[in-house]
Amino acid sequence: MFAYVVRRVLATIPVMAVVALFVFSLLYIAPGDPAAVIAGDQATPQDVERIRESLGLDRPYLVRFSAWVWDILRGDLGVSIFTNLPVSTMIAQRIEPTLSLMIVTLILAISIAVPMGVVAAWKQGTLIDRAVMAFAVLGFSVPVFVVGYLLAYYFALEWDLLPVQGYTPFSEGFWPWLENLILPAIALGSVYIALIARITRATMLEVLQQDYIRTARAKGVGQRAILFLHALKNAAVPIVTVIGIGIALLIGGAVVTESVFAIPGLGRLTVDAILRRDYPVIQGVVLLFSFVYVLVNLAIDLLYTLFDPRIRY
Amino acid sequence: MALLEIDQLQVHFRTPDGINRAVDGVSFHVEAGETLAIVGESGCGKSVTAMSMLRLIPEPPGKIAGAIRLNGKNLLELSDREMRQIRGNDISMIFQEPMTSLNPVLTVGRQIGETLRLHQGMSKAQAEAKAVEMLTLVGIPEPGRRVREYPHQLSGGMRQRVMIAIALACNPKLLIADEPTTALDVTIQAQILELMRDLKHRVGAAIVLITHDLGVVAEVAERVVVMYAGKKVEEAAIGPLFRNPRHPYTQGLLGSMPKLGSSLHGDETRLAEIPGLVPSLKQKIPGCVFASRCPHATDLCRSVAPALELKAPNHVAACHYAPREGAMAA
Repeated sequence: MFAYVVRRVLATIPVMAVVALFVFSLLYIAPGDPAAVIAGDQATPQDVERIRESLGLDRPYLVRFSAWVWDILRGDLGVSIFTNLPVSTMIAQRIEPTLSLMIVTLILAISIAVPMGVVAAWKQGTLIDRAVMAFAVLGFSVPVFVVGYLLAYYFALEWDLLPVQGYTPFSEGFWPWLENLILPAIALGSVYIALIARITRATMLEVLQQDYIRTARAKGVGQRAILFLHALKNAAVPIVTVIGIGIALLIGGAVVTESVFAIPGLGRLTVDAILRRDYPVIQGVVLLFSFVYVLVNLAIDLLYTLFDPRIRY
Repeated sequence: MALLEIDQLQVHFRTPDGINRAVDGVSFHVEAGETLAIVGESGCGKSVTAMSMLRLIPEPPGKIAGAIRLNGKNLLELSDREMRQIRGNDISMIFQEPMTSLNPVLTVGRQIGETLRLHQGMSKAQAEAKAVEMLTLVGIPEPGRRVREYPHQLSGGMRQRVMIAIALACNPKLLIADEPTTALDVTIQAQILELMRDLKHRVGAAIVLITHDLGVVAEVAERVVVMYAGKKVEEAAIGPLFRNPRHPYTQGLLGSMPKLGSSLHGDETRLAEIPGLVPSLKQKIPGCVFASRCPHATDLCRSVAPALELKAPNHVAACHYAPREGAMAA
């Protein structure tokens, strides 16, 4: 097991290297002179020259790439062209709201979607099942920002139950922190809930046909224990997989959600950086997101062993 | 009073193309401590009969009618909650497929302990101790280690032993065994049968053994019910049934079984087969259900269904032409 973890962590190195190469090339894939592109329309030739030098564009591509990688390995993600602050500092300032939003969404989505899928499978073909499936289709087809604006309009503006927008740091108390995250989490989570509920239902339907479920019934096990212990634990592997894949979805959705609810997180930072063509920031954020995703995948593979004893590494 | 009385049991399934009468008016009883075998080929309704005794038939599409009385109490009238208290406690069941009948993600100990915690209110520690005891009883070596293992770490024979341990953990009055040895290889089959016979004496449970294998029946059963197309066609004690089968179907079943010591060559010793297949249970058959495959069938058989008649003391059969006591036709 330990050897496997070490091997898997080592295996992330080539993956991250490829990601790094793409992220780095981002700057040069954009048409035209990167320095001129970054400097924008109103820049003087001096500005362009200054940017060209600061990016080291006069040196060969591979040299620049290795220098950039070397800096990253030492924890230096470069300096923002726009604010002149180190990228790592900017990310550190913005990471808490995004992390909070992700965690609240994850908990909310799992605790709603899994029971929904389980009950739908149990009551297959009934009104409850059809309601869950209808919700799932709706969740898939309505974009995050539509859900977000609708929620904000009714829950915040019309009924005044929750704040419209903004973010309160966790250090200022649990409820003020949570209060601001509920609507964004529902908006961001709706697709995710639909995805998890569907896969839970489909997997549970298959598991409930198995002989060992009949054995559990013959033993006198109650319906709840059959569903949530005997069946759900067997259905866990595909569900956990989808939850993990969905985290990529969340990262993408967070960018939109943070804009809708004015949350000063990494998503907003990314959008702002793209609008300003602040390439070092874009590179830093994308690199971070990729790294998180690689780690999530590793965590999922390790979680499998927790649910299914037949999976051993 | 018999331990279990099945009275005019009917199990029907609604399907898109009609009602499937899987079990159609079957009655029999089981005395405390006895072993009754229910015999028949695939599709005769024997497994459905077994499942309905624990009300494990999904309703709908299934529908159970008649009465199933355990110590005089009709199980079909119980609430789901009361029924759960019977399952695994008063009546327990082992299934054909040991490879798939155990939950792959729970330890063997947990699966045995679960019934004990449910029905006897044991603590986790007590249940585990008793699980080790049960594993020892069913002859699993190193029970202390095995109790923490998962089903995939055990062989098929060992898994069936675990199933037996689960079934017997709460000292049931009745054990229903649905083809318990069919999926196992022959040497293991003998061991499992031996184990069941041994444990039956120790626990004192009655056994209903569902099987198509008359060899197994001869080995363990005291009384036999022969089923065909959802109906009981013959019932007798093991000796008379094997020596003097009255119903042509039973005769066919026995004829298709090789006899020990008989020559494997020559025409006279050729194994007989019953031609044809079990008829579809979706249409009502006007006459005898076996008429279409019976070598002795007449117009009477094809138009009038024979009633179950006492052909000899404690020996009933449903056949117009089956001989009564003494008078044996060829």
